[in-house]
Amino acid sequence: MATQHSRSAARLMMAPAVFLLLVWMLVPLSMTLWFSFRKYLPLRGGDLGWAGFDNYVRFVTSSAFWPSVMTTLIIVGGVLIITVVFGVLLAMLLDQPMWGQGVVRILVIAPFFVMPTVSALVWKNMFMDPTNGLFAHLWKFFGAEPVSWLSQASLESIIMIVSWQWLPFATLILLTAIQSLDSSQLEAAEIDGAKPVSRFYHIILPHLGRAITIVVLIQTIFLLSIFAEIFVTTGGAFGTKTLTYLIFQRVLESQNIGLGSAGGVYAIILANIVALFLMRIVGKNLDT
Amino acid sequence: MGRIQLKQVKKSFGDVTVIPPLDLEINDGEFVVFVGPSGCGKSTLLRLIAGLEDMTDGKIEIDGQDATSLPPAKRKLAMVFQSYALYPHMTVRKNIAFPMRMAGMDQAEQDKRIASAAKALNLTDYLDRRPGQLSGGQRQRVAIGRAIVREPEAFLFDEPLSNLDAALRVGMRMEISELHKKLATTMVYVTHDQVEAMTMADKIVVLQAGVIEQVGSPLELYRAPRNKFVAGFIGSPKMNLIEGAEATKHNAQTIGIRPEHVEVSTTDGLWQGTVGVAEHLGSDTFIHVHGVPGCDPMTVRVGGEIPVTHGDTVFLTPNLQHLHRFDAEGLRLA
Repeated sequence: MATQHSRSAARLMMAPAVFLLLVWMLVPLSMTLWFSFRKYLPLRGGDLGWAGFDNYVRFVTSSAFWPSVMTTLIIVGGVLIITVVFGVLLAMLLDQPMWGQGVVRILVIAPFFVMPTVSALVWKNMFMDPTNGLFAHLWKFFGAEPVSWLSQASLESIIMIVSWQWLPFATLILLTAIQSLDSSQLEAAEIDGAKPVSRFYHIILPHLGRAITIVVLIQTIFLLSIFAEIFVTTGGAFGTKTLTYLIFQRVLESQNIGLGSAGGVYAIILANIVALFLMRIVGKNLDT
Repeated sequence: MGRIQLKQVKKSFGDVTVIPPLDLEINDGEFVVFVGPSGCGKSTLLRLIAGLEDMTDGKIEIDGQDATSLPPAKRKLAMVFQSYALYPHMTVRKNIAFPMRMAGMDQAEQDKRIASAAKALNLTDYLDRRPGQLSGGQRQRVAIGRAIVREPEAFLFDEPLSNLDAALRVGMRMEISELHKKLATTMVYVTHDQVEAMTMADKIVVLQAGVIEQVGSPLELYRAPRNKFVAGFIGSPKMNLIEGAEATKHNAQTIGIRPEHVEVSTTDGLWQGTVGVAEHLGSDTFIHVHGVPGCDPMTVRVGGEIPVTHGDTVFLTPNLQHLHRFDAEGLRLA
């Protein structure tokens, strides 16, 4: 259908968009790379010249580096597990016919509309505050000692807050996937003698494979760079310093742009390693 | 044994009654076809037998035992769906094995049954493929294979051929009929296609709006339709129904004559008309004749070829032996 002429016209017309996207990506990337090889201290003399691989070596050898990588992976992994498991359960629940279905579905999606900063503040002050929070009152009602969530169980608390934000996204995607399941498959399985649990494992779960893959991939991209939730709640203390947060501290608190940029390059590498693993594990679901 | 009895079975969805109380008996080894226009409740009736829908009222007995509240899996019935309902992520082998796996059958027996089903259905070369890599006819055979290996008391087919093209449909029709002869198991088959019903059934159940209009063998229905609806539904092309003066001559509200029971002549006959469309099929010629009083157009069938075209005048004479008479309620007059 496409002639030589229409193809070259199409390329010409797509060119501005492609160019814009390339510039959008390449300029910050090359600036990060450039600064990562400079000794650049804005408040202590500015650009102090070529630094070679000093920044890279210093960033990795810092005692905060490996713990921050671990923290990042734990948060991403924890949130993924919670959102996928509960997302599947919630999606199956919402797929059942019930009174007020439309309203319930909108309510379930609501957390996704709350800004990360706001939701973190709400959780921190209204739920997790050790003296005035709802959890503290609940604990006291049952005669237990209130937990100071953000210091005693800091990582778990942050995983909980972030999971709460992302659960609607997972639920929504999985709900649409469940709705696309041909009901006669379930009926056939029922006649074939499959109990509800077997029907879930043999029919529903494989059908959801592709949707789960998409949820995992998209969430990983966003979760690797969570920042607001940590900044607002613990400020990176109590073992909640992720790689993103460490870079932020290097750049703004230590005023060392070169070191921070080197950290940024490590973050890119980490993201790629994670992506590679994910593609290996779940990517095959996207074929066929 | 696969004897199924429906006693005063009733189904409503909310206030809408889809199936008013009906009785039906399906004998062991019979090939029963439910036929009717779409929305007549034939699929619902099949799903009631399968246990996929709950009955509003009434009783279903399978082999003399009350199965009304049995779950689908316990009824020892196998069902083949219109959409095939194969499990897309499993290979053909696993699809066929699924009911046996669920029943916890041992592996050797499973393999044996899969092998014999695959051989019977020409699927041996496709056992390791997924349903997505098969053609429509092959998918249909996998669905049948999945039903066979359970060795059920009865097979339920829900419009299994409607997703296939015309040539394949004729082939599969034959295969299912042969399967029935070989297994001698009860089969209940739902279709809206009266040709399928006529060619396959031992017993046809004609349904309209949830009501059984007539039950009988294909030829009984063809020879003596109980009312106007069955008369018009069974037979292809449709029976011509004539009202008015011509019908009164025979002391009936309506008379019916099948296209194959009308003599066509270009010179003389009882009724005169002009040819609208003549369909020349070679073996037969179907002529739609306009201008016959009380029936316009009248369809007639002539064996072989007859040289008439649009606008020609023809004369028609009904074979009175094959005339059907109906009263004001549309019921057959003896």
